[in-house]
Amino acid sequence: MKAGGRDLLPRVTERRHRPGAGIPAPLLVPAALGVLFLVLPLVGLVVRAPWSAIGPVLAEPEVGQALRLSIVSATLATGLSMLLGVPLAWVLARSRIRGRSVLRALVTVPLVLPPVVGGVALFLVLGRQGIIGGWLDDTFGITIPFTTAAVVIAETFVAMPFLVVSVEGALRAADARFEDVAATLGADRWTTFRRVTLPMVAPGVAAGAVLCWARALGEFGATITFAGNFPGTTQTMPLAVYLALQRDPEAAIVLSLVLLAVSLATLLLLRDRWLGRAVP
Amino acid sequence: MSLDARVAVRRGTLALDVEVTVADGEVLAVLGPNGAGKSTLLRALAGLLPPDEGRVVVDGVTWDDGRTHLPPHRRPLGVVFQDALLFPHLTVGENVEFGLRTRGVRKPDRHAAAGDWLARVGLEGFGGRRPAQLSGGQAQRAALARALVGDPSLLLLDEPLSALDARTRLAVRAELRRHLGDFAGSTVLVTHDPVDAMALADRVVVVEEGRVVQTGTPDEVNRRPRTDYVARLVGLSLLAGTGEGLTVRLDGGGTVSVAEEASGPVFAAVRPESVALYLARPEGSPRNVWPARLAGATPHGATVRCELAGEVPLVADVTATAFAELGLVPGAEVWATVKASEVAVYRR
Repeated sequence: MKAGGRDLLPRVTERRHRPGAGIPAPLLVPAALGVLFLVLPLVGLVVRAPWSAIGPVLAEPEVGQALRLSIVSATLATGLSMLLGVPLAWVLARSRIRGRSVLRALVTVPLVLPPVVGGVALFLVLGRQGIIGGWLDDTFGITIPFTTAAVVIAETFVAMPFLVVSVEGALRAADARFEDVAATLGADRWTTFRRVTLPMVAPGVAAGAVLCWARALGEFGATITFAGNFPGTTQTMPLAVYLALQRDPEAAIVLSLVLLAVSLATLLLLRDRWLGRAVP
Repeated sequence: MSLDARVAVRRGTLALDVEVTVADGEVLAVLGPNGAGKSTLLRALAGLLPPDEGRVVVDGVTWDDGRTHLPPHRRPLGVVFQDALLFPHLTVGENVEFGLRTRGVRKPDRHAAAGDWLARVGLEGFGGRRPAQLSGGQAQRAALARALVGDPSLLLLDEPLSALDARTRLAVRAELRRHLGDFAGSTVLVTHDPVDAMALADRVVVVEEGRVVQTGTPDEVNRRPRTDYVARLVGLSLLAGTGEGLTVRLDGGGTVSVAEEASGPVFAAVRPESVALYLARPEGSPRNVWPARLAGATPHGATVRCELAGEVPLVADVTATAFAELGLVPGAEVWATVKASEVAVYRR
């Protein structure tokens, strides 16, 4: 029996090192198909890429313009999201106000809302005939729709919930006893937030900001509805890709590749957080 | 001056209502089992939990009463928690400086004060390290320095030693004792370990189920426990009864002969080492002889601690050799004897 026991050991170790073994076929086959489904289109993008055309396409002024606008507006949207979203996450995670769960549900609606609907809603509120937009127009002569500001607002609307959810999770996971310690050391709640809470959840804020930025960068529906598609002011990369696909498919592929590269870079930034969490 | 407080808090099943007073320079230990409300009391004193009722007055200043509630960050206090809880994103030195910084002490001054306190707790040169690089004992010393550097009026210690391993605990306890001796303010130490209470406190308050059940010097509590919980902690068998001259009639049945006259409701306390066990009823001098059944036995150093069930429940310590010679097994019928002079009697 001793020999048999010794036999068993390497087999067990082996199984741990050979992924796929031990997975029932009814699960393995759909899972493999799922991977193919998700990865093949990206592979196709890379395979079909007109590598020689990349240089000329990227050199076109409109492309540079769209790329710059995308990065600037996504960054502004992320900044705005942090400014509003981090305090909001704190309120959701730490305060004891009534109706907090309703508030959380409301705040996360944009996560599930079709972005086009978000764009329409923004238009109704901030458009020239809108509740707030009309007042802004009458009083200050400020028009928001179809400007770069509208791009930033549309992206913030869609992307901020990602940051809020991420930061709230980090706050819930953080040990609130440290905040008690800070209070006993003379720190009021605002000082405690700045000197203790925020530094301790900084990794969660960073991850949320990256996620938020990536979502803002890819924003299409709300942007085209609320901000339109004007080269130089509101035409971001996703809009440029969509337009290029009808006019010059090769350029669309190049632009898509650029966005793919940015997305992969984002994933790399988050690698430790996400892949690390996937492994038990 | 010092601390004068009554704290009443109702929280789920816990109904805490405790009154404590601590003089300047005095160390009060709040001793009690888990869930007795000790930590709740401490949180209320710190201002982290507003009491439902009561008052907290420190050095003549009202921190809490029905109308006022001074928020924790406005109270000149220092707290040491069970797990040290040094801020992980700051260095050890920045941790110690934290309270001075929030109170607006200028950088060179707070730097000097933190360095001074780190040296006093034996952590000279550790200021630049991260809390994760400290051992448990070092972290707890740093936490003590952080709590004391602001020269608080009130020092609160919440199980400061219970997260440490046995050997470290011994060393840190001795140091803590020294620092508490130097501390001019009032100290409240919450613990479930009677050794901490005996070693560190000038006075002990025993809290059970939210109520004070005994107060006294460590020695008094040690020698004359008033509840089963304290008796078990200090290793005594506690028998409640009524004194009738040289006899105590026990509430649970049976009598105990004692050496001092007693009357009215009293406790009779018996040390485990003064209980002797025999297989047959002994003849001769011991005045107290009771039949008993061995309910359980656990090794306890060189002796075996025997739980005895019967009309008079007792705990007996017998040497391992004697235990083996008697051939005792759980369920065995034995005779337990105690000399009358070995029984302590005091009023209930």
